[in-house]
Amino acid sequence: MDFKDTPELASFRSDVRSWLEANAERRTDKLHMGMEGDAAFQEAKAWYQKKARAGFACLTWPKEYGGAGLTPLHDVVWTQEVEHFKTRDAHFVIGIGNCGPAIMHFAKEEGKRELLPRMASAEDVWCQLFSEPGAGSDVAGLRTRAEREGSDWTLNGQKIWTSGAQYSDYGVVLTRTDPTVSKYRGLTLFMLDMRQPGVEVRPIKQMDGGGHFNEVFFHDAHVPDSYRLGDVGGGWTGALTVLMSERLAISGVQPTGFPQFLDLVKSLELNGQPLASDPIVRDRLASWYSQYAGLQALYKRMLTAVANGGIAGAEASMGKLVGAVMNQEIANYSCQLFGPAGVIQDSAISPERAHFQEQVLFSPGVRLAGGTDEVMRNILAEQVLGLPQEPRADKGMAFQDIPTGPG
Amino acid sequence: MNFEFSENQLLIRDQARNFLTQECAPPIVRAALESDSGYDRTLWQKIVELGWTAINIPESAGGLGLSCLELCVIAEELGRSLAPVPFSSSVYLATEAIKQFASNEQRSYYLPKLAAGEVIGTWAHSEGLGTAAATAQVMDGKLSGSWMPVPDGDTADIALFTACDAAGEVRLFLADLTGPGVARAVLPSMDPSRPQAQVTLNEAPVHAMNAGADDLSALLDSAAVLLAFEQIGGCQAALDMGIEYTKQRYAFGRPVASFQAIKHKFADMYVALELARANAYYGACALANDAPDLPLAAATARVSAIDAYYLVSKENIQAHGGMGFTWEFDCHLYYRRAQLLAGVIGTLPVWKEKLSTRLLEAA
Repeated sequence: MDFKDTPELASFRSDVRSWLEANAERRTDKLHMGMEGDAAFQEAKAWYQKKARAGFACLTWPKEYGGAGLTPLHDVVWTQEVEHFKTRDAHFVIGIGNCGPAIMHFAKEEGKRELLPRMASAEDVWCQLFSEPGAGSDVAGLRTRAEREGSDWTLNGQKIWTSGAQYSDYGVVLTRTDPTVSKYRGLTLFMLDMRQPGVEVRPIKQMDGGGHFNEVFFHDAHVPDSYRLGDVGGGWTGALTVLMSERLAISGVQPTGFPQFLDLVKSLELNGQPLASDPIVRDRLASWYSQYAGLQALYKRMLTAVANGGIAGAEASMGKLVGAVMNQEIANYSCQLFGPAGVIQDSAISPERAHFQEQVLFSPGVRLAGGTDEVMRNILAEQVLGLPQEPRADKGMAFQDIPTGPG
Repeated sequence: MNFEFSENQLLIRDQARNFLTQECAPPIVRAALESDSGYDRTLWQKIVELGWTAINIPESAGGLGLSCLELCVIAEELGRSLAPVPFSSSVYLATEAIKQFASNEQRSYYLPKLAAGEVIGTWAHSEGLGTAAATAQVMDGKLSGSWMPVPDGDTADIALFTACDAAGEVRLFLADLTGPGVARAVLPSMDPSRPQAQVTLNEAPVHAMNAGADDLSALLDSAAVLLAFEQIGGCQAALDMGIEYTKQRYAFGRPVASFQAIKHKFADMYVALELARANAYYGACALANDAPDLPLAAATARVSAIDAYYLVSKENIQAHGGMGFTWEFDCHLYYRRAQLLAGVIGTLPVWKEKLSTRLLEAA
């Protein structure tokens, strides 16, 4: 057991550090970089292309697909170093983190060589189209139809909660190709050109006022058969790959709110006393730190396993569950500490530029996105602890016979 | 960065697990729980023969010259099996203190005996209810006062006492508990398989050790990491027990473990355990490499191990339903041990305060 970088990683770290010093701006706080609006998107794209030209994009991808052919540990070094700089990567997390691995696994060689390098260099932006109004946690209950049209496919239906669809050139979409068999067996996964008349993107206004997510409607959208990922009827396997990649992609970066809370406790005085001297605050600080540090250490254990040739386990689901809940609790607690003024959400007045008020309103969505708390607990209980599944009312039924609620 | 034990350390862990499964089955723990004397001398002797008490003692002093990491893997198994032996008192605290802070003469006298399990040691610091600092003072090499609870204080041959020297500074003192001026009695406690004693000194001769408050704090940090491994070992056993039982037991025509209310309870127990385990691993790595953030890492490991063992051991009782409340089922053994381990070397409020102090002082 040790904390040391191997000589190779130490040298990589030093390269990364000097490149970042020369090409990015150092952070002065730990506040989130917003990703709303076109300006933020253009800035993000410019940054990502710069980093891609320098060879720091998609570190773990093979070189022939636009990556750097390095290991997950190089990726960690990058993440650790880039944390100290103001950069925008969030727009590309879904494409590169979720869609990329599925394409690499299931697409035909020609498609991989055409599309992956453009994804890696941020020339194309990708989104993931799984959830539907009637298929959230039970995502395999989705109803978007893909029907044969000669050798190609036609899509009709609706997706929802699609992050970044308004910026996306392509998407990975899960569809129903056969409603006469059980729900898991009638699904097929495709790549989709988002820039076509049959695809309509409508923004969703979130409860916090933001517009990160979209609804996406398909009116006879066209998909060539060469864009199919995996077998017809084999979409669920592909979807699981995407979903696991998603949890892995966010497990190292899942916001917990703790670093911001620590900064707050260190810096703020309330009622003429430093927050840091309040025994009640110190007690909460210790509790949250022990969870936060646990997540960090868990991530390091996962990396050791990956470096030794193992695979990531349930760390991602734990990181998602613990981090998302902690983020909401910390935000709420902080606003309570501010007294009646805690309700004021004004970046000129509220501490840390109203970060905690923003998080009170945004954090409920984080607990839902990428799988709810309950889905995470089911994954841990069933896939890690081996507990039996709940009996299912739709078990063994053809999809078209499964009862649905009104509306 | 490497966050896993070596193959050899994992081998030691497997051997320890096999040994304790055989030699420290639940009836052994129950016998200790229900006996007057507490600890199991036969098991202690077998553990000594395996060399566990000698692991972290230099070969020159009769030890095996291994590291704290080998101790960590043993600790996890002792915790899993609820071993009724004074291992943590003697090995993590007394042996370490003598190794680091005793005179050469004391070292060469005691270390071989501690390694051979002929001498059992412990640490006395609590003078009663509460968490206040030491008040007893050593005068002319003699100490008087009363300490409780002293873990394994009835069986220990020697003890380290936290007391003030003539100048009022807190120091560690070493006393022979078999010598003059020492009275001791076992107190009723929540976990009688690891007895707690009241130790009263009446002008008992003590030797000042070369350890002030900072050294004592460092000693407790290393013990906190090792105890965290005992706690996660027990936690894992309690979780496994609950899962096994609810998979077998049926209600409303299906396994109890298939209800989401139960599954989500287990998921939360598992998360608490894995966070505690990760913190314990980080603490072990910091301890083995003498990292600058060891004090923070140790406090973190202890806080999350106390939290996790309490959560898992209490919810394991609930998952068993009424049977979990019986003497016959083993659920209470873990719940009791969780209480005991949360008490030795200081309870949650003390360690949370240490954690936040260290966190806020860090850069």
